[in-house]
Amino acid sequence: MELDVVELSRLQFAMTAMYHFLFVPLTLGLSVIVAIMETVYVMTNRPIWRQMTKFWATLFGINFVLGVATGITMEFQFGMNWSYYSHYVGDIFGAPLAIEGLMAFFLEATFVGLMFFGWDKMSKVSHAVVTWLVAIGSNFSALWILIANGWMQNPVGAEFNPVTMRMEMTSFFDVMFNHVAQAKFVHTVSAGYVTASMFVLGVSAWYMLKGRHTELARRSMAVAASFGLASALSVVVLGDESGYSATHSQQMKLAAIEGMWETEEAPAHFNLVGMPNMEERETKYAIKIPIAMGLIGTRSLTEEMPGINDLVIEAEGRIENGVIAYDALMDIRAAKGNATDEQIARFEEHGGDLGYAFLLKRYVEDPREATAEQIAMAAEDTIPGVPQLFWAFRIMVALGFAFIGVMVFFFIRANFYRMTFPRWSLWAAVIAIPTPWIAAEMGWFVAEFGRQPWTVDGVLPTALSVSNLSVAQVGLTLAGFVTFYSILFVIEMGLMIKYIRKGPFMDVAETDAWTQRHEDRLSGRTTTQPAE
Amino acid sequence: MILHELMDFEVLRVIWWLLLGVLLIGFALTDGFDLGVGALLPFVAKTDVERRVAINTVGPVWEGNQVWFILGGGAIFAAWPPLYAVSFSGFYLAMFLILAALILRPVGFKYRSKRESETWRSAWDWALFVGGFVPALIFGVAVGNVLQGVPFYLTEDMMPMYEGGLLGLLNPYALLAGLVSVAMLVMHGAAWLVLKTEGIVAHRARIFGTYAALATIALYALAGLWLAAGIDAYAFTGEVAPGGPSNPLLSEVEKGGSWMAAYGARPWIAIAPIMGIAGAALAFLAFRAGKEGWTMLASKMSITGIIASVGLTMFPFILPSSIEPNSSLTVWDSSSSHLTLFVMLVSAVIFVPIILAYTAWVYKVLWGKVTAEDVIDNSDSVY
Repeated sequence: MELDVVELSRLQFAMTAMYHFLFVPLTLGLSVIVAIMETVYVMTNRPIWRQMTKFWATLFGINFVLGVATGITMEFQFGMNWSYYSHYVGDIFGAPLAIEGLMAFFLEATFVGLMFFGWDKMSKVSHAVVTWLVAIGSNFSALWILIANGWMQNPVGAEFNPVTMRMEMTSFFDVMFNHVAQAKFVHTVSAGYVTASMFVLGVSAWYMLKGRHTELARRSMAVAASFGLASALSVVVLGDESGYSATHSQQMKLAAIEGMWETEEAPAHFNLVGMPNMEERETKYAIKIPIAMGLIGTRSLTEEMPGINDLVIEAEGRIENGVIAYDALMDIRAAKGNATDEQIARFEEHGGDLGYAFLLKRYVEDPREATAEQIAMAAEDTIPGVPQLFWAFRIMVALGFAFIGVMVFFFIRANFYRMTFPRWSLWAAVIAIPTPWIAAEMGWFVAEFGRQPWTVDGVLPTALSVSNLSVAQVGLTLAGFVTFYSILFVIEMGLMIKYIRKGPFMDVAETDAWTQRHEDRLSGRTTTQPAE
Repeated sequence: MILHELMDFEVLRVIWWLLLGVLLIGFALTDGFDLGVGALLPFVAKTDVERRVAINTVGPVWEGNQVWFILGGGAIFAAWPPLYAVSFSGFYLAMFLILAALILRPVGFKYRSKRESETWRSAWDWALFVGGFVPALIFGVAVGNVLQGVPFYLTEDMMPMYEGGLLGLLNPYALLAGLVSVAMLVMHGAAWLVLKTEGIVAHRARIFGTYAALATIALYALAGLWLAAGIDAYAFTGEVAPGGPSNPLLSEVEKGGSWMAAYGARPWIAIAPIMGIAGAALAFLAFRAGKEGWTMLASKMSITGIIASVGLTMFPFILPSSIEPNSSLTVWDSSSSHLTLFVMLVSAVIFVPIILAYTAWVYKVLWGKVTAEDVIDNSDSVY
């Protein structure tokens, strides 16, 4: 397969983004879990909780630093590999990134140092506040990045300016309160909380299996199960909300996820599993659940959901419309600031579909010269890879429901069975540690791959967004990232495993003494109880 | 929203040009000493404990400092999208090197002391050196290229096209600018180490700092003379609308004349280069006299002056094009829209004071020297 700059740039973005997102969800969730533990310490004054805080914070730190470092790559990459995108939508897309820096990055990064170095330099309460500020900062940064991403999925509050040849913001309010972004934010941070909960659960389960640090492990499991249960429920509910948002803003993505080729009578059925086939345009061997898709997508029994084939026909119409807009744009540009009202009016009428004309650029330099056949091919391009989306989505959802089951089980054992856990369940928790990462990566795959062929849905095609670079240049940096990131991954995993094996190592004597007293008190009570 | 109409587009552009300068200076003043400490690490600290002392002076603050850089990138993206698009894709491989160095650096700080092995630690020490030295050099090289003009042009569609490679960036003038940047950041790193350590590390840092301050003066003066004598400036040939649309192709630019003409037109800007040289001279004296507080202050003054002098000399140009001067990016034609600049200004006005307040508080909590005893006693919690 011959790779061009577009595909190499996509590969690089996918790789670096997915790598970045190995660290982000754990940062999001573990920061909150650590803050909860420290709050319990401040309230109860029991050293075991301080030890727990410091132990999980150590693992948090090893993970956090790579999240921060690989995040810089993401910010740079738009300008490096996607410079036309950066020019074309920077007026809208740049703002949330900058505000993220102002509001979130500074907060988390300034206080994270104090969180590790400040234990002896401030009061207990101040330190707990610092830890919470780190958690809040991390979560705020997710908010702004998802406002930026939400705009790529559902570009509201902006319009094209023919003079500057780019999209410009018309309403910051619309960009900020984009319903797609809001649903995605809660869905994503909840996914991070689940990831961290499963991580804490798994590591603690391992300690219990080994009979080490059981005091720390039991309490950690109780925190993780409660926090994880609430989060797992939230992930699924808000995931459903994201799906509902897509019904109106990204019909093609939703139809592809569902493998729904023909528009069906409302309410549509849901393909539980099946084999979508791109060539024959059908989903074979489908096991169907009646009504379900109509309910998920439209929350009604009467609203119709368009299938892929009808959406392609619709895209053809929009491409033809876009060509008119492109023609008007060329006239306006040729007039050099003296465009007639008629030209401007023609652009304003059709300008909403300008992006569709750009889909033709793959086949012809000037979209106005496109043949009917080329228009049909460009319309065809609006179908993303259906089988990949179909399966990625199902893996994510299945895992999402499994997490609820796991959390319910551990929550019940922790709260109603005196924190006793059968050995098989502990092993299961250890083995399940990687699963939330799989679900999260699948989720991003569905979101981003499902938006293809667009970088900004309906506005700018991916093929047009790249920088004017050579295959050798992009190939070189890609190879560089692969090598560099692989080495860092090995180093990070090595340290993570080393510190998990090492176990809690701070404040050991103090905690052990307290635990001993605590146990004496408990056993004293049990022996004296019969006498009462 | 019509609120943004209350402020002129032109005024907003100048404010965002100033804020760009503030961010770059903020980055150089905070993260700059981290870079300097990294570049000095193998030379001022020889034993493991010495190196840990040096690393722990920046340990608690480098993350916050680095955000100045991240925010700088975000603010360029948001306020000057064409600048972001042209420079990041144009300086492609240089950007990749900066990225690699800036990833190596945090990881080095955090992971270095997490294993006992000597090879492990010495490998990370060199990673920290590279992570400090390389970005310091490349930032200067980039500025040196910007002053000469960069080989790019914009198509009618506003697609940035760049016609030069990594090696083209490494011309003699740019390398000189790179050395200015290394010298001033090493001076700054040395000033920080003198302030935050004692004993042999501080002693060595003082020696390196003294030389770095002298080198800063000499190299900066040389770069200035060269700029006056041998480098063409850029100027508008026709009318420019400072509040006009952000399309660089709408105005005409010509290469020729001297950047020094700016000092004739706006003599007050001479204060920047004077600060640059006087600050370094003061730093030199303070290093010699052992006045640690003054060294840091003088070093800050010098860096502020040097960076400001570049911006003030070039105003209103931000990134001139050497092959098609009409494509040059200037303050008047390469900003975001009126509304975006306003929204961004509002968020900056809200958050920057808050950021400055808590950053100051954190530095206050961490005030005081890092000693060998601190590092050994708190081995579990520090780097």
